[in-house]
Amino acid sequence: MNIFIYIAVMAGVTYLVRMIPFTLMRKKISSKFLRSFLHYIPYAVLSAMTIPAIFYSTGDMITAAAGTAAAVILAYFGLPLIVVALAASGMAFIVGFII
Amino acid sequence: MRLCFRRGLIHGIPIALGYFSVSFGFGIMAVRAGLTVIEAVCISMTNLTSAGQAAGVGVIAACGTYIEMAVTQLVINIRYSLMGLSLSQKLDSSFNTPHRLAVSFGITDEIFAVASAQPSKLTPRYMYGLILIAFIGWSGGTLLGAVAGNILPAPITDAMGIVLYGMFLAIIIPAAKKSRSVLFVIIIAAATSTILYYALPSLSGGFQVIISAVVAAAAAAVIFPVSEEGGEKS
Repeated sequence: MNIFIYIAVMAGVTYLVRMIPFTLMRKKISSKFLRSFLHYIPYAVLSAMTIPAIFYSTGDMITAAAGTAAAVILAYFGLPLIVVALAASGMAFIVGFII
Repeated sequence: MRLCFRRGLIHGIPIALGYFSVSFGFGIMAVRAGLTVIEAVCISMTNLTSAGQAAGVGVIAACGTYIEMAVTQLVINIRYSLMGLSLSQKLDSSFNTPHRLAVSFGITDEIFAVASAQPSKLTPRYMYGLILIAFIGWSGGTLLGAVAGNILPAPITDAMGIVLYGMFLAIIIPAAKKSRSVLFVIIIAAATSTILYYALPSLSGGFQVIISAVVAAAAAAVIFPVSEEGGEKS
């Protein structure tokens, strides 16, 4: 078992799943269902990736919940991505200090 | 407002910071699993994905077969096919085949999220900016994590674990505020994902996300179909 063959297999498969649909799909999709589906998929993927994983992201549910609350409030008021992201982390850090 | 290289770089800063913290952890993990620093960095530079790499190191550490490695990567990363398909509908006319071949390397959850949140068509330059800075953050974090191990105190690395999720919330919440159908999608996806997480703990994280996202997006596509150019009828 050669480590570089492992890495080549990993990289090759990962590249192909990304490349094939992105490169070959040239047409505008005509199906209304499929177009709607693809319109909603980004939000669906992000939501499914975030919840419930965010609550386990800091190794402590209380600090994670505090960071989540900070992010939700700031995002609701439309603050920039980086502000929301760092505030979530900052809040988790501060709450981790207090408890 | 044209999406240029510089805008891509700027939009990529939160991604790079988030990646730095996550890949720092990956670097630590890979070296603990017996890989060298060069091997760990080599994996990050050629794969640019978190869950797939973590699982890949697991296969290497367990001396799994190459087939097992290929199947593991396929299952965990198949979501990128869906993302690539979605992004393919949003490309500027200057996106020729070489640009597509190059940019597809950089389709990650976060790059997809930021790119699909742009109101205008995507240009190759914008995508290169976004991918370049994310790539630097990801590879650099892996290098430092693998070399330096545990120099950062645990409370800081723990708190950094939430950065990327905070960014995801910053994308979906304002969209949900504007559109009832997006709010619907987000709630259904989160609920399905939570149910799967607790009801089927043996399901891989990749499948959990794919199933939840497909269920939520399909339900919304039926209930709130989208008209010609993005606007929803509700």
